[in-house]
Amino acid sequence: MSDMMHARPSRSLQKSLETNSILLLLAIMLLVSIGGIVEIVPLFYLHNTIEKVDGVRPYSPLELSGYNIYVREGCYTCHSQMIRPLRDEVERYGHYSLAAESMYDHPFQWGSKRNGPDLARVGGRYSNDWHRDHLRDPRAVVPTSIMPGYPFLASAPLDYAHIAEQMRMLRVVGVPYTDEAIDAAAADLSAQAAPDAPGAEALRRRYPNAVVNDVASKSGVTEEDALIAYLQHLGVSVDFKLYDDKAAVNVR
Amino acid sequence: MSTNEMRETHVKTTGHEWDGIEELDTPLPRWWLITFYATILWSLAYFLVYPSLPTPSGATQGLLGWHSRTAVTQDLDELQKIRGPVMARLATATLEEIEKTPQLLSAARALGAAAFANNCAGCHGAGAQGAKGYPNLNDDEWLWGGRLADIRRTIEHGVRWDADKETRTETMPAFGRDGLLDAGQISLIADEVRALGKLPGAKPAAAGAKLFDDNCSVCHGVDGKGNRDMGAPNLTDALWLFGSDKATIVARIANGGGGVMPAWGNRLDDTTITALTVYVHSLGGGE
Repeated sequence: MSDMMHARPSRSLQKSLETNSILLLLAIMLLVSIGGIVEIVPLFYLHNTIEKVDGVRPYSPLELSGYNIYVREGCYTCHSQMIRPLRDEVERYGHYSLAAESMYDHPFQWGSKRNGPDLARVGGRYSNDWHRDHLRDPRAVVPTSIMPGYPFLASAPLDYAHIAEQMRMLRVVGVPYTDEAIDAAAADLSAQAAPDAPGAEALRRRYPNAVVNDVASKSGVTEEDALIAYLQHLGVSVDFKLYDDKAAVNVR
Repeated sequence: MSTNEMRETHVKTTGHEWDGIEELDTPLPRWWLITFYATILWSLAYFLVYPSLPTPSGATQGLLGWHSRTAVTQDLDELQKIRGPVMARLATATLEEIEKTPQLLSAARALGAAAFANNCAGCHGAGAQGAKGYPNLNDDEWLWGGRLADIRRTIEHGVRWDADKETRTETMPAFGRDGLLDAGQISLIADEVRALGKLPGAKPAAAGAKLFDDNCSVCHGVDGKGNRDMGAPNLTDALWLFGSDKATIVARIANGGGGVMPAWGNRLDDTTITALTVYVHSLGGGE
């Protein structure tokens, strides 16, 4: 039998793979990685992967804290942040999502399930007060809602001791926070949570369109304030009156 | 093929043998193989027809020239066609014309009802009945005016919505929080307001009337009937946006402010805003 196997080279390759576990492991890794490489590598060099869009900016420190709460509470398990280019979705939620709009999310919050509505353009749809009412008791404003209430966020003081470190970490993965922005993180955070704070001017310069949030509680910024600041920023960066729908089509 | 065969069954083996155990080389069923090759052919056709393979300058475009973005634009254009010429006339007709033309009115109400359910019901309720802090749109009490033009402006630019430069900005001062009045004075005014509203158990006092005159009448009017230019509600009717008990009224006077409504001018197209205006106007309280 061994004579016959020498006569067939493919069999001998099979035999050496099957009898050498390290070689088998390497061969499996090579094979599996081909699929990944073909799918992922072009995204790094194709310029229409993330088309350049005016207006998208990194999250302000308060919005970033709110993003953390969003992730912590698992909002993404019931809410997507991805309006697909389909008629019904565009009719209901507004302009379809662009890749650039979530380019500073690490990790992104596209989600895959819609027990609740898509939130990609929830920013500016409701007042801050509505969000407070709704987060504390969703059925107070939407009687048919099946969302759980999050009343504890209103009494939980926001822990933002590490927000500057998080911004520094995000810079490593490509979010363009400046040194100045990182140094001013705590100041910007308080400025966005108090309408008359002296730092509001600097905050708006660093983070255009930041919605300054009137903090309801006298005891300081709460997790609810941060989450609302984050929600109010979702999907409002790009001015679609100026956006050219055809550009990305013609570029190909 | 291999010359190896199981001695007992005459089924071919692969020739592999481990400690006397051999591996059968049974061919795959023909139907399975045909399906398998068919899927490969299908994927090749797919590669050609739709955008697929990445190249150094971009993905291949596909023979059909299909693109998700042009597809959705076409679908939306088609939707306009389905809605018909009536909807197209909504875009150009004036609000008054629409209300006078039954065909346009019913189209605007249909489109408006759908847009209302999607965009407005979250605050104003599915039947526009409102809720605490969010006005009822069925009645004839209007904070900012109930004529077509007033309603349109409120929808387009919102109320106290800072991001919109033309928003309605007038707001009530925080008489208590900003130290304009002390607690005793606020309590007296609250009694006066309850008396103006003819609420049972109201205990008006001369001092309260004087304080109301000095602090509140500028916007709410000497008789408390309100002023729509200021968004100041009528205090003499039976409608109370935030509640009519004394504690609520005291809190409103102390903290001031008022409801906030987002501006929809940048979010909804003109036809939709027109339809919403006509819909809200036709709910019962339109002026």
